[in-house]
Amino acid sequence: MSHLPVLIRREFRAYFATPLAYVYLLVFLVLASALTFYMGGFYENEQADLQVFFAFHPWLYLFLLPALGMRLWSEERKSGSIELLLTLPVRMRELVLGKFLAAWLFAGMALLLTFPLVLTVNFLGSPDNGAIVTGYLGSWLLAGAFLAVSACLSANSTSPVVAFIMAVVVCFLFLLPGHALVLDAFRGWAPQWWLDLLASLSFLTRFQAISRGVLDARDLLFFASFIIAWLLANGILLELKKAD
Amino acid sequence: MIEASGLCKAFAGRAAVRGLSFSVRPGEVAGFLGPNGAGKSTTMKMLTGFLAADAGTARLCGLDVTRQPVAARRLLGYLPEGAPCYGEMRVHDFLDFIARIRGYRGAELGNRIGRVLDLLELHEVREQRIDTLSKGFNRRVGLAQAVLHDPHVLILDEPTDGLDPNQKHQVRELIRRLAPGRTIIVSTHILEEVGAICSRVLLIAGGELRADATPHQLQQRSRYWQAVTLRSSVTQLDEQLLAAVPGVQAVEAAAGGALTLVPEPGCMLLPAVNALVQQQGWALDELTVEPGRLDEVFRRLTRGESS
Repeated sequence: MSHLPVLIRREFRAYFATPLAYVYLLVFLVLASALTFYMGGFYENEQADLQVFFAFHPWLYLFLLPALGMRLWSEERKSGSIELLLTLPVRMRELVLGKFLAAWLFAGMALLLTFPLVLTVNFLGSPDNGAIVTGYLGSWLLAGAFLAVSACLSANSTSPVVAFIMAVVVCFLFLLPGHALVLDAFRGWAPQWWLDLLASLSFLTRFQAISRGVLDARDLLFFASFIIAWLLANGILLELKKAD
Repeated sequence: MIEASGLCKAFAGRAAVRGLSFSVRPGEVAGFLGPNGAGKSTTMKMLTGFLAADAGTARLCGLDVTRQPVAARRLLGYLPEGAPCYGEMRVHDFLDFIARIRGYRGAELGNRIGRVLDLLELHEVREQRIDTLSKGFNRRVGLAQAVLHDPHVLILDEPTDGLDPNQKHQVRELIRRLAPGRTIIVSTHILEEVGAICSRVLLIAGGELRADATPHQLQQRSRYWQAVTLRSSVTQLDEQLLAAVPGVQAVEAAAGGALTLVPEPGCMLLPAVNALVQQQGWALDELTVEPGRLDEVFRRLTRGESS
């Protein structure tokens, strides 16, 4: 695993070599604030917490993280540099993990740049800062889950656009089951275990719990195993698709 | 040392490589020669372990590339086809990345990078983004990453493709300089390259090994090997007399009014032709003995059997 820092550093710097990183950061920060203040009615709520801020994250991430992850492998395959990378004395798992971690750290950095909001809410009232920290952690975990899906699917295509669309669709499928819209459709006629299963598979249910400040080991385990499973799939998919 | 035994690979049911076996020893520069689509690149990808073979094994310095991939790759320098690099990186940063992956740190890191920048004359572009480089520089960056760690085994897929004659010469010089003590495979479809750098030719067509010989031996298989060409601007050369020289198989008209005498296999024509010229008192502008034509051998060996 000694190659990991080298791989992460290269990937991380690659974001900043093009305007992509800056555009991404700008879009994320503008959208996150706009959603919080205008659609969420941050001031009107008169509550000293970041509930409305976090509530929009799953929907924001649904599009922004596939955009961040779409090029991870598709670009390597398209340019042929994958052949260079996979013939270096590095294990596949290090490569998969390195790329993922670089993207995840980048997403974390974008998230940290929303700190003025924390200052604002502390200035306006006396919020539960523990819950805010938990909220950030939950948001970052959610970002990791979306990114793991995006990274895996980017190995499936040489086109970043195709990878993006597929990742959005798959992420949406994992987001939706916990939404009232879906649960209500089953409620009343489907068995309770089915509703529980749907809700337990959903990012939304898990994320809402964490963002309210409830840090349950089962939720952490869910995100961790979800990410690991998709990264394993990423490695397998890459092995199958690398030469196409 | 590179050893391939019974390598096979099919794509979507179509066989690209069918049971290739060969070995290349240290100090040898083996040229993979063959038409486009012959299976050269596919074979190289299997030798590097990038592609898993459907059957057969590939070993680098005794290490199986699929069973001990990381150990085998440490000994390998590889230039993939088209020399793909990370376009958004600067030359120096890219080589720094490769050197770190190869495990170099500190002073050794700087030395290694400095050495390949020297070797491939990349100093003037070291701070330039790779995607802004000319094709020649881009290829040299690809070569630089391949030789950075002084690999025992070098596999170069079309290292001179798309370069101008000067750059081709540079790359060939480099390969010649690197050759002692190393095992090198170079793929090409350029015939002149084979004579220029290879000590051995592996002629591949239709996924099979069609010939394994030195460039010289391959030339000897040409029907023009030891053919004699005469040209005279003063006297009219008598085709009948020339055709009657013992061992002449055919008389062919060559460029500039010259005549080429194609020998029967194994016949040395020069002494007899010389005697005839003396006897007839012909004034010649040119009298040459051909070393054999690789392009003709190439066509004969790669066509025919593949159909």
